[in-house]
Amino acid sequence: MSCSCNHSNSDLSLLVPVLNEYKNIKGSLITILQKAQDIYGYLPTDVIYHIAKETGNTPAKVMGVATFYTQFRLTPVGKYLIMLCQGTACHVNGSERIEAAITEELGIKDGETTEDGLFTLKCVACLGCCSLSPVMMINEETYGSLTPEKAISILNDLRKKAGEEE
Amino acid sequence: MRIVVGSGSCGIAAGAGKVYSALECLLAGKPEVTLGVTGCIGMCYLEPIVDLYEEDVLKARLVKVSEKDAENIVKTAESGDLSFVENLIISADDENFLSQQTRIALRHCGVIDPTDIEDYMRADGYKAIEKVLTTMTPEDVIETIKVSGLAGRGGAGFPTWFKWNAARQSQGEEKYLICNADEGDPGAFMDRAVIESDPHNLIEGMLIGAYAIGAKEAVVYVRAEYPLAIKRLENAITEAKAKGLLGKNILGTDFCCEMRIKAGAGAFVCGEETALIESLEGSRGMPRLKPPFPAQCGYWQKPSNINNVETFANVPWILLNGGEAFSAMGTENSKGTKVFALTGKIKKGGLVEIPMGMTLREVIYNIGGGIKDDKEFKAVQMGGPSGGCIPKDLLDTVIDYKALGATGAIMGSGGMVVMDESTCMVAMAKFFLDFTAKESCGKCVPCRIGTKRMLEILTRITEGEGKEGDIELLEELCYAIKDGALCGLGQTAPNPVLTTIRYFRHEYEAHINDKKCPAHECTSLITYEIDKEKCRGCTLCAKKCPANAIIGTLKNPHEILTDKCIKCSQCRTVCKFGAVKTI
Repeated sequence: MSCSCNHSNSDLSLLVPVLNEYKNIKGSLITILQKAQDIYGYLPTDVIYHIAKETGNTPAKVMGVATFYTQFRLTPVGKYLIMLCQGTACHVNGSERIEAAITEELGIKDGETTEDGLFTLKCVACLGCCSLSPVMMINEETYGSLTPEKAISILNDLRKKAGEEE
Repeated sequence: MRIVVGSGSCGIAAGAGKVYSALECLLAGKPEVTLGVTGCIGMCYLEPIVDLYEEDVLKARLVKVSEKDAENIVKTAESGDLSFVENLIISADDENFLSQQTRIALRHCGVIDPTDIEDYMRADGYKAIEKVLTTMTPEDVIETIKVSGLAGRGGAGFPTWFKWNAARQSQGEEKYLICNADEGDPGAFMDRAVIESDPHNLIEGMLIGAYAIGAKEAVVYVRAEYPLAIKRLENAITEAKAKGLLGKNILGTDFCCEMRIKAGAGAFVCGEETALIESLEGSRGMPRLKPPFPAQCGYWQKPSNINNVETFANVPWILLNGGEAFSAMGTENSKGTKVFALTGKIKKGGLVEIPMGMTLREVIYNIGGGIKDDKEFKAVQMGGPSGGCIPKDLLDTVIDYKALGATGAIMGSGGMVVMDESTCMVAMAKFFLDFTAKESCGKCVPCRIGTKRMLEILTRITEGEGKEGDIELLEELCYAIKDGALCGLGQTAPNPVLTTIRYFRHEYEAHINDKKCPAHECTSLITYEIDKEKCRGCTLCAKKCPANAIIGTLKNPHEILTDKCIKCSQCRTVCKFGAVKTI
């Protein structure tokens, strides 16, 4: 299908199995969007339009759902998604200092991605590891009891790992 | 011997995965020693934790284990000689953390293997549903829950039997049972621990609830931020299906119940039951007007019942031990036990399950060991963004719904964040308002715009731009939002502000009138200074200062140039002599 914005040019065939499985189960829109995000890493505009058409929803409804929930992203993310916990315990134990250190080290703010496409920083609600606060989660791995130095050394390790993989 | 590694999210974050892998490597080809996992025992401050069992008897609990200790652990497991791991064995003081608790909802957590249904069955698992299906009517079940006095553990504290009964009485063949596992309160993680550590207990509790209300379909709405919980629950559902404990004709009876998981997508408001239903239906999670209540008209307009994870986790125990056994614990208006997530500036942080009626002081000092670094206790925040801060004078408040409500805080889902003298209460109120302003769904104007205006005022105050009349304006907004919001999020969002004004008004006044932050937290209101007596002139702070704001020569006291200082606190962090102070 044609997209009215021409911003993205996604391979929509990747969505076929997901749509086949879920499009006829009512109430599955969030699940479909989650699976789509797993495939593309984010929700490109043409994918949103395609899902709307296939599920019989208006693009506005799909966009409304995609922008309501914090899990959905409308822009691509880096190889490593840093989810920095902003829960109460992390706040009390100094998560702001961790955020400042990461921001300074990577030159990105909450929601931004580094130019090399390696890191995206996202400040998130409580990750539920409060006893190890401050905490961050990078690609489903949790790192606890952070200090600014420890956070930066973790980023450096990942940078090194990414360099080796190339 | 059997080596068991505590592998909840907290444990894994602390390094339990690496410990497990190291042990696994060393145990290859040694069949006499078995290696297993368990969930979270709740002593998060001691993770990673490794237990050594001999014939189901706990021989030793090892704490703060690292992968380097694996070799000695294996030696002990092979020889039975505990001297190899002597330095890792839990202290008597730390053992008290558990011995002072009464565990019902958490009774299997950190004890059984959450990935193995057989382990749960050995611990009386699925005995309660067997008893229910073979000897009790749905009305009997509801009566037992009524006798127990169990109230909703998600926050509101509504009697569970009443909700079950209302759903049971509702007309209609098709009914739904829903578990709210969208644990959004920052600072609470007991639901995650229950699902990760004892998923079958949740399934069994839900099955009993489904039988009581007459539901054939059950859904667990889990936060997407809890990947391990989702994985363990998926596995448990598959195991239960294979054993005929889910699906058609459960345990050979007429009772049928299917169960599935729905992953949430990140929205705090979805903890509100009608918003959760909207989200389950694939829409934006915006609350509905009540009545009609979900018990009459809920998921897909059918009668539905929603309970929290911890509520369900108590149910199998109650059915096995009787409602009276549960109601024997607690106070007149609050029965049974409650799980709290004890965190913040506390020595022993973790999950604590205690009978209602214990005082806050007992939990924080006797179980939690008091304040980190022996600093002064300032307040405990209970109930997350819907709750409030309870000050030192009220530490002897007993934990029950009524007594906590009287302080202006709430029981909530059980977050208990301890704060010391270095926490600014105005900044704390701002922190929560920042959260609720972001999480407001936008449906009601008082909540959508009111929280934003309150956040602006609080931000101004913490930045030294507070004006006379700000406190009164905040209070006015608080009551307007409470009155004007449709759902629990808006109605309770002002609580953190109201309680901090009530108990810490002097801190607000210091910010507004004197332009000072008594806790020295608000950077706009503090200045960094070097104590010339303490400074040894090591030059470390000057080297680390990103703004080149520190001058001085080797072995002579240094000085901070206030106009250049960006207040990043680097100098204070690196100073080995405690010479950098804030005024």
